[in-house]
Amino acid sequence: MLPAQFDYVAASSVEEAIAAKAEGGDETRFLAGGQSLLPMMKLRFATPSKLVDINRIAGLDAIEHHNGHLRVGALVRHADIAASDAVSGAVASAAPWISDPLVRNLGTLCGSVAHCDPEGDWNSVLLATGADVIAQGPSGSRSIAIGDFVQDFFTNSLNDDEMVTAVHIPVPSGRSGGSYQKLERKVGDYATVGVAAHLELAADGTISAAGVAMTSVAPINRKATEAEALLVGNAPTAELFAEAGAAAAAAADPRDDVRGSARWKRQVVAAFTGRALAAAAEQAQA
Amino acid sequence: MEITVNINGTDHTADVEPRLLLVDHIRTGAGLTGTHIGCDTTSCGVCTVLVDGTPVKSCTMLAVQADGRSVTTVEGLKTADGLHPVQQAFSDEHGLQCGFCTPAMMLVGAALIDENPAPSDDEVRWAISGNLCRCTGYMNIVKAIQSAAAAAASSNGDS
Amino acid sequence: MTDTTTTPPEIGGIGHSVKRVEDARLIEGQGNFLDDIVLPGMLHMALVRSPVAHARINGIDTEAATAVDGVLAVVTGELMDQHGLAWMPTLSGDTQAVLATDKVRYQGQEVAAVIATDPYAAADGAELVDVDYEMLDAITTPQQSLADGAALIRDEKEGQTDNLAYTWETGDEAATDAAFAAADRVVSLTTHYPRSHPSPLETCGIVADVNSVTGQATIYMTSQAPHAHRTLFALVAGLPEQNIRIVSPDIGGGFGNKVPIYPGYVVATAASLLIGQPVKWVETRTGNLISTGFGRDYYMTGELALTNEGRIQAMRVDMLSDQGAFYSDAQPTRYRAGLFHVCTGSYDFPHAHIKCRGAFTNKAPGGVAYRCSFRITEASYLIERLMQTAADELGIDPAELRLRNFIQPEQFPYETATGFVYDSGDYPTALRKALDAAGYDELRAEQAAARAEGRLVGIGIAHFTEAVGAGPAHTYDIAGLKMIDSAELRVHPTGKAILKLGVKTQGQGHETTFAQIVAEETGIPATDIKVIHGDTDDTPYGLGTYASRSTPVGGAATAMVARKIADKARHIAAHLLEAAPEDIERDADKFHVAGSPDQAVSIQDAAFAAYTNLPEGMEYGLEDVTYYNPPNLTFPYGSYVVVVDVDPETGVWKVRRMVALDDCGVRINPMIVEGQIHGGLTEGFAMSSMQWITFDDDGNCIGSNFMDYLVPTAWETPRFELLETVTPSPHHPIGAKGIGESATVGSPAAFVNAVVDALAHLGVRNIDMPVLPDRVWEAIDSAGG
Repeated sequence: MLPAQFDYVAASSVEEAIAAKAEGGDETRFLAGGQSLLPMMKLRFATPSKLVDINRIAGLDAIEHHNGHLRVGALVRHADIAASDAVSGAVASAAPWISDPLVRNLGTLCGSVAHCDPEGDWNSVLLATGADVIAQGPSGSRSIAIGDFVQDFFTNSLNDDEMVTAVHIPVPSGRSGGSYQKLERKVGDYATVGVAAHLELAADGTISAAGVAMTSVAPINRKATEAEALLVGNAPTAELFAEAGAAAAAAADPRDDVRGSARWKRQVVAAFTGRALAAAAEQAQA
Repeated sequence: MEITVNINGTDHTADVEPRLLLVDHIRTGAGLTGTHIGCDTTSCGVCTVLVDGTPVKSCTMLAVQADGRSVTTVEGLKTADGLHPVQQAFSDEHGLQCGFCTPAMMLVGAALIDENPAPSDDEVRWAISGNLCRCTGYMNIVKAIQSAAAAAASSNGDS
Repeated sequence: MTDTTTTPPEIGGIGHSVKRVEDARLIEGQGNFLDDIVLPGMLHMALVRSPVAHARINGIDTEAATAVDGVLAVVTGELMDQHGLAWMPTLSGDTQAVLATDKVRYQGQEVAAVIATDPYAAADGAELVDVDYEMLDAITTPQQSLADGAALIRDEKEGQTDNLAYTWETGDEAATDAAFAAADRVVSLTTHYPRSHPSPLETCGIVADVNSVTGQATIYMTSQAPHAHRTLFALVAGLPEQNIRIVSPDIGGGFGNKVPIYPGYVVATAASLLIGQPVKWVETRTGNLISTGFGRDYYMTGELALTNEGRIQAMRVDMLSDQGAFYSDAQPTRYRAGLFHVCTGSYDFPHAHIKCRGAFTNKAPGGVAYRCSFRITEASYLIERLMQTAADELGIDPAELRLRNFIQPEQFPYETATGFVYDSGDYPTALRKALDAAGYDELRAEQAAARAEGRLVGIGIAHFTEAVGAGPAHTYDIAGLKMIDSAELRVHPTGKAILKLGVKTQGQGHETTFAQIVAEETGIPATDIKVIHGDTDDTPYGLGTYASRSTPVGGAATAMVARKIADKARHIAAHLLEAAPEDIERDADKFHVAGSPDQAVSIQDAAFAAYTNLPEGMEYGLEDVTYYNPPNLTFPYGSYVVVVDVDPETGVWKVRRMVALDDCGVRINPMIVEGQIHGGLTEGFAMSSMQWITFDDDGNCIGSNFMDYLVPTAWETPRFELLETVTPSPHHPIGAKGIGESATVGSPAAFVNAVVDALAHLGVRNIDMPVLPDRVWEAIDSAGG
């Protein structure tokens, strides 16, 4: 399985990359980690006419705290996140479970986010934490709320001439915690079910903000808004988390497939939501 | 396009198609066949090489992406001083059977013990979990990497 | 560990964990695998495969493909047919399409081949071959296939009026039925052993180099059975056998997958013949998974007739096998369901009856012995799952039930109800040792306490007996070729030796262990012996390496030829020592006059004399060859104990412990034996937990790459605790039985029994493999747990 022919350009700046993509037209793709794109090209499910390699652009590989959020640049690899002291909560929890160790050495968070694979883990984490995607086009940058960015199955809301340069993940000033629970059949597999949870606690110990989002149980990564609503304003208890789990399970829309029955996947969503929330609360209370 | 990839300390310059996979450049271009191909989907890891010291799957990287970078393959593990500790340990601990996944496993092991001089059983298993083996059940691969780490640590201590 | 050594380490005979000779090249990246072979002028072939499971071919347009830069030719079934090669025989007496001419009968079937100057151009060409398919309904299960009115899959086959591939039965039906009628208790189990695939990390491949001037065909291929393949090439392609040389280089794992001859081999050879240049074809992973030899896919109903005390009286089995579109099991001719009739297992009872039907479906053909001696994996699984079922139904502890029914040590040789004659064994000792190591009584106590707390702990046992080492010529052949094997030993004047084998390693370490056998029998240090195998021009005939037959057959041949050499050396030693041959004794490394250990010559001295100083009348040289026809199969066995923890909320189960006791007779190289067991246990774990190939209703293969066909990584794979007993085979020259497949055969039932055991108190009696978490959770949920 070998890719079809294409043109290739290695950009040395974001501006150059954007220009090269615009010039290349519809069938041009950015190449960052390439860990989703190249396999699709080898299977000839993807046949881009041109690749714009952004790997040689300086300055896109930083993970840094900035104005109350964590900024993850376009060339930050999954492994960088897993090894970083700067990350915490659901982000830190999810990073080691992305694909496998070798894929994590090349694959990027931003690439995964832009790919919008409903079986991808990061978009659930970003939905739960309320992150923003930073997109740069010919006329400058804009910030897109993750909920608006993820449009559909493999579809994001970028314009053709835009490139994701970073993701901004809010870092709460108060007590907070997060967790990502993933059921995978083996290392390297996509999630059978994934649940990201993020909790913030008020001074009195009640939940002041909550984020719950699910992987692989809907046509796109889905926020469990009813579950989130149940949580806010209440004390974090096992009973509450079980209720939130039931609400998340109700919001899931899984399919019967080779990974398992839809009925069972809902059950796993309920269990994992409870576990993720419990882990998040424990972290926030620590 | 013309690229120069340093493979095991030697620059290889070639005019390649952009679609040429790094693994094919290594195997066919440089004639180093210790790096293998086992799947089409970035799953098995038998094509693992170190790019600037980091293990990656060379079937999922274009040769043009490696332009100007340093690649280490299994053929580059041995030095003038002899076998790399992982090579010796794989043989001593029976860490290989058919040998098809072995170059990849050894490279991942070498990169791991560079970072972690005494990896636990779990840490080794985690590190090699992007690489499949069909023969060994991993038991002796884990043992070999741990034993290589111990050997490397003791020889570093000696020097 | 049992010490069976009789030689010092510097000789390295049997029982020494000699480091492998093979490793030196493999750890430096200097192995020579098929895809590493590059010949001058070599072309590359890519196959065009059917994207659909069942369709009529109305036409193939090759024009666009032929126009691709670098493409030299596009081969279709029509062209193959002109050379009489559109169809080929299978190893089970059926025929299989090489390139489809009339219909495609499974997704992934070979339709055309593109020959180009490099692999990328070949792939480009393959994309552009335009096949006009007229869709037909796909038949995806053997039950559909044998139902009334099912469309005929093999409409090209003369005399075939339905989708039945074969029927087979064995045992005494009347006696079995009578035993069932009289039984206190009858327990039954219906289960599917799902389709699995050996999927060695190296896919199959060939470099065919046919010289149109000399007629010499040098064929490098990933072959577990190079000699048999040479003969089959001669028979199929009509090439004179002396001009065919099969070279099987380093093989990146076989596990049965590299036993059959695949269409790609035939097409590449034909293309080389027609074009006059070498042609390389290396399968893609998808090609490997969707078209080459799968294993298993048996639907089985087994029943045991028992007394109230749990003594088995009889066993009855009814099976349906899914053969795919062509019946191409690689198995002995006489047995249509392989050696499935070893399903009476380790137990002493008088009657069994087994019947089996095989059906054609719109799926890939195969039925190879995937790390298994011909359907023994299915058989072992069925009896060991039935034992668990019987234990649960009768309320007898599963270990106790086995102990009550074991064939006892003094009963060997023991003839089973289906006619196997087991060579040796001590089953109660093995099981007790494994149970003790696992802490069985404590585990049962813990299980009871856990249940009281709502936790689920399971303890699974399997005690298997395998029948390997096919086999005696009076019973066993493949395609008419008797399943003998051979070894040729040449000792050079300096005492160094070359051993040539009919069998062929795929990672088992033949180059090391077979040298150890010679070292044991002659005193030549193992490190002084070079082992050659895989090249048919340079090795004696043999049926190859699969079904754990290398040590039982090839190893026996090696021991026997070494004994011939040792005997001649003894005569030479007598001459050198001026003594009578009958007065010469052999130590580990020298010959001496009986009673006078100082009057000695070494094997090296004798070797030199074989070329320089012989007794009168003796032929010069020190070499010989043995063709070994084994008197019986060998019967390795083992006792496995698995402990699992099951998460009741999700159905996810984790192996806490896996204790594996194997008795494979004498262990030639204990290190290598343990490595074989580790690997086999892992494949057993894989099949029980995740590794299967399934199909959707349209016949699309789910499991066509390593994202969907799940091979466990180090992270999921359990840690194994190994134990042994050593019960030599009385009829094997060195008492060895074979070990390559035991763990794959025996362990799946242990894993499944453990999960079922965890849920047994809820009334759960069966979960089919793979034991996916949703199946476990559904079982708990529907049991009201």
